[in-house]
Amino acid sequence: MDFQHQLIALDTIVTKECTRVLRIWIQTIVPPAITMTLYFIIFGNLIGRRIGEMGGFEYMQFMAPGLIMMSVITNSYGNVVSSFYSAKFQGHLQEMIVAPTANWVIVLGHVAGGVARGLAVGLVVTIVALFFTRLEVQHPFIAISMVILTAFVFSMGGMINAIFAKKFDDVAIIPSFVLGPLTYLGGVFYTISLLPDFWARLSTFNPILYMVNGLRYGMLGVSDISIVRAYVIILIFVVGLFWVCMYLLNRGVGIRE
Amino acid sequence: MHALAIRSLWKTYPNGVEALKGIDLKVEEGDFFALLGPNGAGKTTAIGIVTSLVNKTSGDVKVFGHSIDSELEAAKACIGVVPQELNLNQWDKVFNCVVNQAGFYGIPRREARERTETVLRELQLWDRRGETARNLSGGMKRRLMIARSLVHGPKLLILDEPTAGVDIEIRRSMWDFLQTINRNGTTIILTTHYLEEAENLCRHVAIIDDGVIVEDDRMSAVLRKLHHEVFVLNLRQPVDVAPKLNGFDVERVNEHELEVQIHKDQDLNSLFTALSTAGVEVISMRNKTNRLEELFVRLIERRENERNREKVVEELNL
Ligand SMILES: Nc1ncnc2c1ncn2[C@@H]1O[C@H](COP(=O)(O)OP(=O)(O)O)[C@@H](O)[C@H]1O
Ligand SMILES: [Mg+2]
Repeated sequence: MDFQHQLIALDTIVTKECTRVLRIWIQTIVPPAITMTLYFIIFGNLIGRRIGEMGGFEYMQFMAPGLIMMSVITNSYGNVVSSFYSAKFQGHLQEMIVAPTANWVIVLGHVAGGVARGLAVGLVVTIVALFFTRLEVQHPFIAISMVILTAFVFSMGGMINAIFAKKFDDVAIIPSFVLGPLTYLGGVFYTISLLPDFWARLSTFNPILYMVNGLRYGMLGVSDISIVRAYVIILIFVVGLFWVCMYLLNRGVGIRE
Repeated sequence: MHALAIRSLWKTYPNGVEALKGIDLKVEEGDFFALLGPNGAGKTTAIGIVTSLVNKTSGDVKVFGHSIDSELEAAKACIGVVPQELNLNQWDKVFNCVVNQAGFYGIPRREARERTETVLRELQLWDRRGETARNLSGGMKRRLMIARSLVHGPKLLILDEPTAGVDIEIRRSMWDFLQTINRNGTTIILTTHYLEEAENLCRHVAIIDDGVIVEDDRMSAVLRKLHHEVFVLNLRQPVDVAPKLNGFDVERVNEHELEVQIHKDQDLNSLFTALSTAGVEVISMRNKTNRLEELFVRLIERRENERNREKVVEELNL
């Protein structure tokens, strides 16, 4: 199939994945909106008032980019891992495997669904945040590109998780035992300048730190890390994970026996 | 050109099961081909390899001349497949299920919609187009899988046990449908463990057992073989050539042994009469075991068991 026909296949998968997000919006969009509202009320409003300033900003303002990024990460990952795993589990992934749909189309199509959900939830959380605090966007291009790139990274992460998953439990393990902790330790709630030297240094090995600070820089104009470095690291992840996805699909890992 | 050409195909699963032990198969364009064999024979594995759902261990597969190793996309474009297990997205609408499949084959949306309407009408699912797949009956789900497999107009349609667990009426209408599309030029391969299904539909049959093709011939030839029995006769006096017996095929194995082929309808008395007339004295006689026949006995026994089970189920339902 030539490129033009592959684009038709890509359009089919993207439409299908986005429709899925909207069809089950009660599961995909509403829960993160509720959780994040609670974060804003409890951490921002109640506790945040005692904390005072963080990184030169009102705590609620400081926290907002972190919470937006956190929901983008969880939702883009969760979307692809559950959609791709259930396609595998119910067997309809075979629809694409028996067709001459190229593997890059399968990867990009599903990733697009994850990115769409990440952005949709990110937008909802931003709107929620506006009820609690004033948000500014100092560098719109940086803010938006950080969100999109992050959604790409975690959508592909979700895809790899789904490829290896053999049962439903395997879909929940990485989000709870790896993503969750890394996100909480990734500077969502604090600046790493508060940390003792060792922990601050250790934090720089956490990729999520770069994403959270990337968005914080885009919005507030402050960051714990160099923004160029953030882009480089995130782009390495984008390319690396895409390569891993392609490698796994080409080998038929978890799909073909 | 062959619609499908398989050469010395091997498959060993990671758990060590040798599902295919070097099978060879050729399916002519336009043929209606049965791959017949008991459960566990390797039918689904063979289909899986042809449709890229299973990795082969070694061997060659060509679909209309396109090797699945070097021209996989071209090979895939020729095939429509109806798998043995239900693999529908249970939450999909009937229409979307088919129209998306067309999309995966790169068919533009408008054309995809038209084709979807055509195949859904052909399979009497057009009225159900807005329904969710999981709300369909078992027979309708099967038909939906067939519609989905046909939407891109494949030259080769492969069905893996399409009528297993489908009631007799639906089975017959499915047979009619398949015969029609075969007459219109689609090559069809179906796997089955029902002898009568292969007999009713197919012009060519390959029989697979335990990963080995034990028979591969025109349906009529296989049935002929099946309706003959071979006896091995032990002779008192040595013979140099096989004696001519009226109405029987006789072959000389060695100077003391003859093999005689007898149609199941012929009686043995006439054989002995003919032997006496020819002056051949027989000491003993045994039935030559015939792998094909054993296999059929097993297939038929299984069928009987299933019938009995169906009866039990019906009684329980009362
Ligand atoms: N995924 C698998 N892993 C290991 N063994 C398998 C797998 N699938 C099938 N087999 C084995 O391979 C053999 C052939 O199976 P299959 O191709 O499904 O036969 P059929 O379709 O003729 O019933 C059987 O012994 C079966 O147990
Ligand atoms: Mg099977």
